[in-house]
Amino acid sequence: MTILDDTTSPQHGLTEHSHGAGAGRADGHGGSSLHRFASFDVDAHPVPGGREEAWRFTPMVRLRGLHVDTPLDGHDYEIEVDADPQVHVETGEGDDTRRGVSGYVPIDRVSARAWAEADKMIAVTVPREVVTKRPTVVRLRGLSAEKAAAGHVVVTAEAFSRAVVVLEYEGSAAFAENVEVVVEDGAHLTLVSLQDWAGDAVHLSHHHVRVGRDATVRHAVITFGGDVVRVGTSLDYSGSGGDAELLGMYFVDAGQHVENRLFVDHNTPHAFSNVEYKGALQGTGAHAVWVGDVLIRPEALGIKTFELNRNLVLTDGARADSVPNLEIETGEILGAGHASATGRFDDEQLFYLQTRGIPEDQARRLVVRGFFASLINKLGVPELVGRLGAAVERELAVSEARQS
Amino acid sequence: MTTLEIHDLHVSVATESGPKEILRGVDLTVRAGQIHAIMGPNGSGKSTLAYSIAGHPKYTVTRGTVTLDGENVLAMKVDVRARAGLFLAMQYPVEVPGVSVSNFLRTAKTAVDGQAPKLRTWVKDVKTAMEELAIDPAFAERDLNTGFSGGEKKRHEILQLELLDPRLAILDETDSGLDIDALRVVANGVNRFHARGGKGVLLITHYTRILRYITPDFVHVFVDGRIAEEGGPDLAEKLEAEGYVSYAGTSA
Repeated sequence: MTILDDTTSPQHGLTEHSHGAGAGRADGHGGSSLHRFASFDVDAHPVPGGREEAWRFTPMVRLRGLHVDTPLDGHDYEIEVDADPQVHVETGEGDDTRRGVSGYVPIDRVSARAWAEADKMIAVTVPREVVTKRPTVVRLRGLSAEKAAAGHVVVTAEAFSRAVVVLEYEGSAAFAENVEVVVEDGAHLTLVSLQDWAGDAVHLSHHHVRVGRDATVRHAVITFGGDVVRVGTSLDYSGSGGDAELLGMYFVDAGQHVENRLFVDHNTPHAFSNVEYKGALQGTGAHAVWVGDVLIRPEALGIKTFELNRNLVLTDGARADSVPNLEIETGEILGAGHASATGRFDDEQLFYLQTRGIPEDQARRLVVRGFFASLINKLGVPELVGRLGAAVERELAVSEARQS
Repeated sequence: MTTLEIHDLHVSVATESGPKEILRGVDLTVRAGQIHAIMGPNGSGKSTLAYSIAGHPKYTVTRGTVTLDGENVLAMKVDVRARAGLFLAMQYPVEVPGVSVSNFLRTAKTAVDGQAPKLRTWVKDVKTAMEELAIDPAFAERDLNTGFSGGEKKRHEILQLELLDPRLAILDETDSGLDIDALRVVANGVNRFHARGGKGVLLITHYTRILRYITPDFVHVFVDGRIAEEGGPDLAEKLEAEGYVSYAGTSA
């Protein structure tokens, strides 16, 4: 279920299967592999060599040693904050007590190292019952990839608040990071992590999202720039009735490695999760990896989950790996399913548009923008629509320049 | 005066066992004001003719010429052919998710005219054309062909025909899969287009049913990659009664 399948078009190539209520069985993806090891102790996580399941797609030699022992004590970056007036954005020290509020325990060596070595943290807090008027943006601009750095972000949406928080990354950096997201009871949070790095950046990040009782979270990982950008997202629930939408968008150019690993832990009853990641790839050596794990524990009665990954391969030489995993430990659910499709650019779509007089380059733009349109709409952040559209245009201009 | 001239057209497709010839010397001239019906059994090459004229990359022209008012159509890119005045209504219109019908129509109109349509008249033209084809106004905001029923797709093809206003329209089995009400709506659209004057129509069909609503000036029977017989509307009646048996030994 991996690799480029050049016979399937995006239109027809969706492979899909669903598990309705009563389907109580594992999905044949390896027993209880989704109950995973976690520890704050760096040395409890051996140095990965690249053969491990969690690292088998990752170009280890390009990680600048973040996964081994490269000191993470650099501070070659600037932070810029543009916050809604009702939202608190504070910096704290490494020993800040807000760290760990999400219940997250590092699941790999990079994450454990970032946790141990981050000497600063950023806390974004949306106070109880506050409804914000505009997105709160925290922008990190890396100044150099020479000295590696560690970061820690805690975003808390207190009970019944409603807000949009955007974490933006740009410039050059070798950056290991943990991001904790806590959505308290009844809160509604949209969190966007936007990786628009320079071409030499290496960014290894882990997000953990904890969803409170009847809380709603929309979490998005959007990656355009960077040499290696690997973002893990795990999510669990602290009460019943949580609703999580995990969205992702990426545009991978020649030589770039963009990896997204998701783990949705359905550990409470009557919760929902929907994962939708879409990416476009172009150029030799462009590599996208998406691994979507969903675990439905015995206590997760009446839940519903679906995950979808679609890749649009625009040129030869690009590769997409897409691996959905679903492990079901109770049959008493409303539904669970996944779909994954990787397709070449659909020549029939191009032909159709061209027969209506639309020139080829314009037709390609229409198709690619259309591919991402539903995702951008789902994101529901009007302030980002123009920027994301422009980023797609910029990427398409790269591919047109290469073709001509 | 618009004239589409097809002369000795041979077309092949690539197959696993090498190129396969589908069209074997087609001669056909369609002049402004004329409606030509091309009828034939499955696999006779009717659709290949349509797609070859439109420029689908799957088909290779190995011999012959296609000209529109003397201009070499075969040397033109697909979009250039459309801007030269050719239109192909497809049997299976392609879904393009994320591109709204209204955005698509405006983009296509701008492309074929070389300039953006005037907003006020355009909105009115779209509204009128949609009403005449019994298309729900909400349709404009749907994704192009995505999740459309068979009938909706065909009506949407005719909507484009009316709005893009080409000089020569090729309709590839536009009648297939339509119930009688939808067939009437679609046929009325084609007749309205033809009544504008100076338009050539090449109507490809498997069935004679649509010819009760659209009266052709010429009927061509297509068998095994070439035209086997030509005649007037009465030829369609003969086919209605006898099928294609006498041409290919098949009742397909």
